[in-house]
Amino acid sequence: MGTYQHVRFAYRTAPEVGGAPLRRPVAVVGAGPVGLAAAIDLALHGVPSVVLDDNDSVSVGSRAICWSKRTLEIFDRLGVADRMLAKGVTWRIGRVFHRDRELYCFDLLPEGGHKMPAFINLQQYYVEQYLVERALEFPQLIDLRWKHRVAALRPAAGGAALEVDTPDGRYAVQADWVLAADGARSTLRGLLGLPFEGHTFEEKFLIADVQIGADFPSDRRFWFEPVFGQGQSVLIHRQPDNIFRIDFQLGPDADADLEMQPERVMRRVRGVVGPDVPCELDWCSVYSFRCARLDRFVHGRVVFVGDSAHVVSPFGARGGNGGIQDVDNVCWKLAQVLAGRAPERLLESYDAERVHGADENIRNSRRTTAFMTPKTGTEKLFRDGVLALAHDYPFARLLVNSGRLSRPCSLEGLPGFEGDGADLDGPMRPGMPCLDAPVTGGDGAPDWLLRHLGGHFTVLSFAGDIGSLQRLESGLAGAAPDGVQMLAVTPQLLPGGTLQQLVDAEGLVRSRYGGADGVTYLIRPDQHVTARWARPEAAAVGRAWRRSLGEQP
Amino acid sequence: MNASAPSGLRRDDGFGGRGDDFYELLMRAHEGLDEARSAALNARCLLLLANQVGDIEVIRQALDAARASLAPPAQ
Repeated sequence: MGTYQHVRFAYRTAPEVGGAPLRRPVAVVGAGPVGLAAAIDLALHGVPSVVLDDNDSVSVGSRAICWSKRTLEIFDRLGVADRMLAKGVTWRIGRVFHRDRELYCFDLLPEGGHKMPAFINLQQYYVEQYLVERALEFPQLIDLRWKHRVAALRPAAGGAALEVDTPDGRYAVQADWVLAADGARSTLRGLLGLPFEGHTFEEKFLIADVQIGADFPSDRRFWFEPVFGQGQSVLIHRQPDNIFRIDFQLGPDADADLEMQPERVMRRVRGVVGPDVPCELDWCSVYSFRCARLDRFVHGRVVFVGDSAHVVSPFGARGGNGGIQDVDNVCWKLAQVLAGRAPERLLESYDAERVHGADENIRNSRRTTAFMTPKTGTEKLFRDGVLALAHDYPFARLLVNSGRLSRPCSLEGLPGFEGDGADLDGPMRPGMPCLDAPVTGGDGAPDWLLRHLGGHFTVLSFAGDIGSLQRLESGLAGAAPDGVQMLAVTPQLLPGGTLQQLVDAEGLVRSRYGGADGVTYLIRPDQHVTARWARPEAAAVGRAWRRSLGEQP
Repeated sequence: MNASAPSGLRRDDGFGGRGDDFYELLMRAHEGLDEARSAALNARCLLLLANQVGDIEVIRQALDAARASLAPPAQ
């Protein structure tokens, strides 16, 4: 059953069994999407890591399927997005029903001029496979170890020591930093005795992957109180290989064993897809969920990323996408600290920024759950009222909450991001993740802005003519320390300039960044705006750069 | 259907994109109340908000719209 062929990755005996410990700058625990992405991001920064996973294959079942634009932009920086786009289902249309009536539909079609779509659907096992294959392209930097299970963790001076169990015995790993990417039931969290507090929801859900052998709509469809079958709500979503994800809200009292009986699952499925459509069950699971997070994500030299740090309900696709944003945030910081270019304190900004992101995800997830599972008569009255008005009153559609889809998290107002001067009012404020736009490089080939911004600090300036370009060149001379690249966005290639130019032939970079002549941005390696100036001075750029590396002003 | 006719009942988003904040506030206001007290809260809240709106014609349209959206009584 199923079309995906699960490959077993080869277990290898660790040479350290019965010998000296393995030493690595970073040990990544967990080879799910978050751990693998972290190892690749670190490798792109030249940081070697060992990845320890207690299993030897990719995920069973589709699990995280819905990958957001921001995640795809991060995956593009890591070198896997093109494969994901080629295989994934790009979807735009969502339709919301109440009983037998369609309340409204929405279209995620983003404005033109972005490389990535709003969302694609792609089973987690494909994402993990692509990440594994990408990781294998760094044999000198990424040491992937399957069936290696962390059994003990001990903080040590300037790092942490791990005891790792394998089929051939135990060995030790000494790492300067440990990335705990070991999921919602994190072993490392338990080994450190960290409380994982939050709210558990009683509602049970049945998730079924069904292969449908006929033309069937790609739209995301959500029903409140569907007329077919019992249950509070149903969501259906298309994935590649003609697999459809169907989520059934079963109520708090459902019996998981009973509900997972294949003939019972298929009865529910038939209610959604109709009696005659050829279909086959690929995978199913009954789950409930909770919203919880660690109080802090950084514990000495152990840094929690992804589900080990925070969990949410699946509505809104905020689990996997949140974890990838953790990776994007932490890896460049680790690389800077390990290279001695930033103080260890820089990791505090990971804690502040991603706790902020996790709280945003938890808040949205909790609100969706409250709407989908009214707990009192009054909550039900308001929910039913919103649904009753949604067809005729657009304001009520905005209150219908079947999931608030993951949006890029803004870090505006957090420490390290400068407020704007009075003479700047464009939409890209400090703390925001950079918007993409089409550009052409020196060779005239079409390209994308974001492909030039990731992985290192960038000073991005706007110049409309050679005069303003030369003013920038002299004004910013010496502004870019080692490892900071300087780019000028120009309307056409301006001969005579020394700065590398990105040609903004369509003018979209200029309009999205409020790019009047001279406007200059400092952009972090994770493509977030750190600071910007209408009239930049080299000294101010240097100060902002040092502040975003965690140095005290 | 007009988004909002002059001095008519507003149909489009009046929350400035903060509808989810409103809904959470509303649910919190009812937390811990039994149904009778929840109903009393709703009545008083409606009086306060109707006074805030002030325009009798708009309030009439809101009451009519709410009434029209009710399902007919079960036979």
